Amino acid sequence: MLKQPVGLESVRYDIMWNRLIAVVQEQATTLVRSAFSTSTREAGDLSAGLFDIDGQMLAQSVTGTPGHVNSMASSVKHFLAAFPVTEMEPGDVYLTNDPWKGTGHLFDIVVVTPVFIEDRIVALFACTSHVVDIGGVGFSTTSKEIYHEGLFLPLMKFGSKGKFDPNVVAIIEANVRDKIQVMGDIYSLAGCNELGANRLVSMMREYELQDLDALGQHIIDSSRKAMIAAISEVPNGSWVSTMRVDGVDSPLDIHTSLTVTDQEIKVDFTGTSSVQPYGINVPMSYTDAYTSFGVRCIVGPQIPNNAGSLGVIKVTAPENSILNALHPAAVNVRHVMGQLLPDAVYGCLAQVLPNQVPAEGTSSLWNLMAKGDWDDQYANRSFMMMSFNSGGAGARPGQDGLSATAFPSGVRNMPVEINEVISPLIFWKKEFREDSGGAGKYRGGLGQTIILANSQDKDFVFSATYERVIYPARGRQGGESGKTGRLSLDDGTAVMAKGDTVIPAGRKLVIEFPGGGGLGPSSERDPKAKARDKKLGYVN
Amino acid sequence: MVDIRLAADIGGTFTDLALTADNNLWTTKLLTTPSEPARAVLQGISTLCHQSGIDMAAIDVFVHGTTLATNALIERRGALTGFLTTSGMRDSIEMAHENRFEQYDLAMRRPDPLVPRNLRIGIRERLDSNGNVLVKLNRQDILDAAEAFKSSGVESIAIGYLHSYQSDAHEQATADIIRENWPEVSITLSSQVCPEIREYERFSTTCANAYIQPLMAEYLTQLDTQRREQGMLCQMFLMQSGGGLGTLEEALKYPVRLVESGPAGGALLSAKIARELDLKDVLSFDMGGTTAKLCIIKDGQPRTSREFEVAREYRFLAGSGIPLRLPVIEMVEIGAGGSSVAHLDQLGRIAVGPRSAGSEPGPASYGAGGHEATVTDADVILGKIVPHFFANGEIPLDIEAATTALNNTIAIPASLTPLTSAIGIAEVVDENMANAGRAHAIEQGCDITGGTLIAFGGAAPLHAARVAQKLEIDTIVVPSGAGVGSAIGFLRAPASHEAVRTRYHKLNALTMSDAQDLIRDMRLEAEQVVKSAAPNSTTTENVRIYMRYIGQGHEIPVGVDLTQITPSSPTADFELREHLTSLFLASYRNLYAREIPGLEIEALNWLLTIQTVEPPLEVTPSEQPISEIAALRTTPVTDPLTGTTEKYKLIERKTLLPGLFTTGPALVVEAQTTTVVPRHFKCFTVGAGHLKIQKMQDSDILDA
Repeated sequence: MLKQPVGLESVRYDIMWNRLIAVVQEQATTLVRSAFSTSTREAGDLSAGLFDIDGQMLAQSVTGTPGHVNSMASSVKHFLAAFPVTEMEPGDVYLTNDPWKGTGHLFDIVVVTPVFIEDRIVALFACTSHVVDIGGVGFSTTSKEIYHEGLFLPLMKFGSKGKFDPNVVAIIEANVRDKIQVMGDIYSLAGCNELGANRLVSMMREYELQDLDALGQHIIDSSRKAMIAAISEVPNGSWVSTMRVDGVDSPLDIHTSLTVTDQEIKVDFTGTSSVQPYGINVPMSYTDAYTSFGVRCIVGPQIPNNAGSLGVIKVTAPENSILNALHPAAVNVRHVMGQLLPDAVYGCLAQVLPNQVPAEGTSSLWNLMAKGDWDDQYANRSFMMMSFNSGGAGARPGQDGLSATAFPSGVRNMPVEINEVISPLIFWKKEFREDSGGAGKYRGGLGQTIILANSQDKDFVFSATYERVIYPARGRQGGESGKTGRLSLDDGTAVMAKGDTVIPAGRKLVIEFPGGGGLGPSSERDPKAKARDKKLGYVN
Repeated sequence: MVDIRLAADIGGTFTDLALTADNNLWTTKLLTTPSEPARAVLQGISTLCHQSGIDMAAIDVFVHGTTLATNALIERRGALTGFLTTSGMRDSIEMAHENRFEQYDLAMRRPDPLVPRNLRIGIRERLDSNGNVLVKLNRQDILDAAEAFKSSGVESIAIGYLHSYQSDAHEQATADIIRENWPEVSITLSSQVCPEIREYERFSTTCANAYIQPLMAEYLTQLDTQRREQGMLCQMFLMQSGGGLGTLEEALKYPVRLVESGPAGGALLSAKIARELDLKDVLSFDMGGTTAKLCIIKDGQPRTSREFEVAREYRFLAGSGIPLRLPVIEMVEIGAGGSSVAHLDQLGRIAVGPRSAGSEPGPASYGAGGHEATVTDADVILGKIVPHFFANGEIPLDIEAATTALNNTIAIPASLTPLTSAIGIAEVVDENMANAGRAHAIEQGCDITGGTLIAFGGAAPLHAARVAQKLEIDTIVVPSGAGVGSAIGFLRAPASHEAVRTRYHKLNALTMSDAQDLIRDMRLEAEQVVKSAAPNSTTTENVRIYMRYIGQGHEIPVGVDLTQITPSSPTADFELREHLTSLFLASYRNLYAREIPGLEIEALNWLLTIQTVEPPLEVTPSEQPISEIAALRTTPVTDPLTGTTEKYKLIERKTLLPGLFTTGPALVVEAQTTTVVPRHFKCFTVGAGHLKIQKMQDSDILDA
């Protein structure tokens, strides 16, 4: 057992801890700046972290999406089980996109790089990002099993002495639609790990550290202790809640039970609907990530992510439920369900911490994905547009919900002007959807309305992966539900909320995003807030 | 002919002035007069003229920078503004990026837009991304909107239509229609203030300009009139955020360019010193009461970018402010200053800032009622600030209050001694600044290891040595007159203008005539502005193209030189593409240490800057000092690196004349600040009275 640092030594440890967090943040910044895929650079759909040689995570970057909160953390353990540290060498690069051992779908490639000082391995850096393409059916709900979803790269040693395995590179290049960009993303993953490694080595030299054992122990112990202190402020007990959501062709139920003890918070999803024959299934690692994130926004939000702080939240779901889909289930767009999990957790926490928990929101992203032919010199006669957009978030204790803002994801949208440069589409409207926020003492955030059409006399294909079209984001404590979302053509024809639809030439597609749920009875709303809503046209 | 220049910088607390003639420099510092900011400036001008015996009428150039534009945005004191935009797009400035800039804070608030929703009106009109008209401009919509604005008391109007960076026809026509019936209202067009793609940022910049225009016009006109009445008749220039000077006429039209002129002045000061002392890689480090600003100076020039955010309301976090697209000196600002408050975070770790105790009550040691531990209090406890010398002894330091504050906020709850707490605070704040500097360098693709830190602002010389150690920098320069650094920086700023255009081109389809047309158009604009500011000066021109690999989201600026390509040559297009490709790849490799074979390149934004050329500075040879100065006495100081307390030599800066040196550990004191010289470092005066602190070679250490 290592000695607890005291006095000046403990101050010193905290400073080094600070530096480790700065290092993984730099690692992530490098990745964002050099990435190709839209979701990595615009949405921050990536993660970077530092691990000790037992695979325990010591520091993780805070990035745009919580989907990797601890899925990447457990991933390194899978690598170490397959490739013991004793066999690792300087210049090695390891890789996988196994949804069950990585971060939940084939699009996410995890790269792990060991760090050496002289010939001793002292740590590992891992990072993951969403690559542009991985073959298969693409980013849609239409896959039926993992085999439809593209190239599966099992845990492997991908590079040694700094060189990538040419055979694997050839396999990747032969199986994806845009090999240059995909390989570009993989280079950028390996590159950011290298940067992290250099920074770590120079810090260890500055502080004359031989290894990270004592510092790592300090980080994990203090974080665990702080989390336990935060948990102790939540009364012990068990709470259950259910949430019904749209699904693809039949509604799905998420059953949540949350138990608080002195030492930990347990979340279990027993009773949740079973695996579906569509890509909306969620591997356990991803369920774990969004559930933990939801809890952490309420309990100990300022405590950095690492093995200590994450270890006290235990998430379980029955095998073959939609939240613990096993191989070979289709998991392509696991975010559609995964992003609803904080709302599921809050259904329980609202019963014990009513003054800290928001109402339900749109939660799942409402991404715009469109493709088609294009008579344009720029685009090889076709276009593909992908934009990250959001409906209203739930009302919060003490304030209204955020309008057209992502939660729990942290993505940024794409500018309309850029979308119109890279595609022949015209955005005829992109404005708040008035009256869509659930009424309440605190109002739900407004959704938005987007009207989209092709500027050429041609069809285009629109891929929808939308939730909250049948079942709304519910209010809490007497607050009303937000409006459900809706898709239609300008002639009134309804458009499916999940799946691909051909939008005929000359027609406009009208997308009305859901609003967030309200909090507290609307009779208690401050008259000034009501007057402001009216004046600004949020509520008519 | 003697060139007499006067510069005035209005900051939040102080108004600084500097006057230079014939290599002489006079400076003064006055309290800012917020209700009538021109008053302190005029008073300072008389003081300096009186001191120097120079007649106001003899001054050749008056340079003015002010924080009023920034403050008006931070404090929301601008005009009631209306915004006309393409029908269907009126919520763009409120939706921002549709994201949360703080992942884990459910209570996060986005700043209110400068123009409320009821004053944002959609006008029927539409251009496509090539500038073709899809919907004709609707005159009646504009007349109705103007009526509505008038009856709501709007004083200033922003106009921003989609794709107006391609064609300003609809925006211009809209302005004409409004002016027919309402000639006195202020109007800002997005196609003029920021003709650049990405509507949210362009509209935000346009609204910000409109919002501060009436207030800035009133102030600038008043100052101009009053200084003329006092007898100062030369031309007045305004310091702009990009580090160049603009004329009064430009400032009246585009006051948003005056935002953050103070920090720009600081960077210019560092750039000047870098040229004077022939320093290639410099990190400019300006640490005041509330924030620290770090900026890379490469080969004597600060870098500029066009991405900037003002009024970051939430812990200085990116995304929590108002984005502006205009030329700005690239720097990073973090909430770390002398008055930054220390606290324990949820894990019981020491954390510093970004909250600041400001100047009232200020640090506990100022004895003005502050009871929270600040960075300055830690510096006092460590012995780095010596009471007798602090502010010439005019402000007595209350060491007991500092100890109590450290005890209550840190030491007792964390079971540390006050001294260990002080070490912790100093180390945390220094670490934060070093991390910010390192991240900033990465983003610029620079390596500052082994370069020079130029430290100014009240708190920087106290912290520079430790920050430098963390960044593996061995040389520190503390400029003379560091207390009025920005004003001194203004004195030698060039007149400049940056023209920008968005034109989307795949590199392999770009022709020399496309490029030439664009450049000619931008050159006309920039020349006109710079010629009016400095009619007979020599100027330089610099063209940058923002390029990226197709599919990427971030462009990188690439400086290009097209003069070597003969446009009439049959291979001109080919040469152009080759030239741009190789420059892009070089920049890309520099930033990311690799290139992507086979991927096409596209160009999005084009920039052309014209600026006046300053006569080259004479490089001051670095003479080695010969004899060691005798210390006034010693004073106990605790070194945060080792945690031990030892005797530091105490030297008064004014006595450290050229030829003399001191070796660390030592403190070099002056009224406005103290420079810490650590063990194994040597300190002496170079150039125009700057302090240089340099790590000694091993051989020197053995000798010493």
